[in-house]
Amino acid sequence: MLISRVIGEVVATRKHESHEGCKLLLVQPLNLDGSNRGDALVAVDAAGAGVGDLVLLVTEGFSAMTSVQRPQSPIDMAVIGVIDALDLGPEWTPPGGFPVQKIG
Amino acid sequence: MYLGRVVGRVWSTIKHPSLEGHRLLVVQPVSPELRPTGKAIVATDATGAGAGELIYWCRGKESSFAFLPEEITTDFCIVGIVDELRVRRTGPLASAPAAPPAAGGD
Amino acid sequence: MILARVVGTVVATRKDPRLEGKKLLILKPVSPQGKEEAGYVVAVDTVSAGSRELVIAVSGSSARMAEGCKDHPVDTAIIGIVDQVSLDEPRSGKQS
Repeated sequence: MLISRVIGEVVATRKHESHEGCKLLLVQPLNLDGSNRGDALVAVDAAGAGVGDLVLLVTEGFSAMTSVQRPQSPIDMAVIGVIDALDLGPEWTPPGGFPVQKIG
Repeated sequence: MYLGRVVGRVWSTIKHPSLEGHRLLVVQPVSPELRPTGKAIVATDATGAGAGELIYWCRGKESSFAFLPEEITTDFCIVGIVDELRVRRTGPLASAPAAPPAAGGD
Repeated sequence: MILARVVGTVVATRKDPRLEGKKLLILKPVSPQGKEEAGYVVAVDTVSAGSRELVIAVSGSSARMAEGCKDHPVDTAIIGIVDQVSLDEPRSGKQS
């Protein structure tokens, strides 16, 4: 799982039928210092997350599909948790602490 | 899944039988700001996407599930056409790339 | 499987019900020499690992074969606490 920030939403009308009724989030995976880790991704929402939330992102198919009760569907990523708190050891805590709170 | 733009098409006569009748599209992955990012890929299409369209695609074995019960040899598949992107990078983590978006994204 | 060090914890209330009661730890991969490497991962703990401990973690679908993780949305699981890593003597620079 990766720590990510929800940075937006994706609206799609024409999509695979298994994605119908799923909320699609644009999520930015983060490093432990809070910087961006690669590019933003599209993930289905299984946790009721909103823009600005810090979330847990699974990047493995089975976990992602079953989190939205759609086994055997083309879904490879899902937001499966909203992070309330993050405790890092002293040497990994970025200056000022990791910004866990909702942003925006 | 990843954002991308359809930038081309591949025609192939001799291919794995499971791919018969399937369109193969060239997809350039893009950032939320619609800038090309990383290398282009060839993907199967489950949506009827066309040239220049902004899409999202799925990676790996999961991408072949788009065609079940048909079993397709594919590792990338277009699974949705994007109508609208609502991006909001704000707060201390807002580090959207500085350069303006490339025109058209492709 | 990878060697990793526990560097933090994650607390999430709103999450997939199948993650209820599972401890989520942040791991930094380490080299066999014990040097911390780039990147990190959030893993489910199945062996009661503690802060700063050196552990072995498994990722991908194999993670769901760990204790209590069957059919759960888990992509990385901690499956062991490392007592000791021993490495063979490195070869001398001269090639025979």
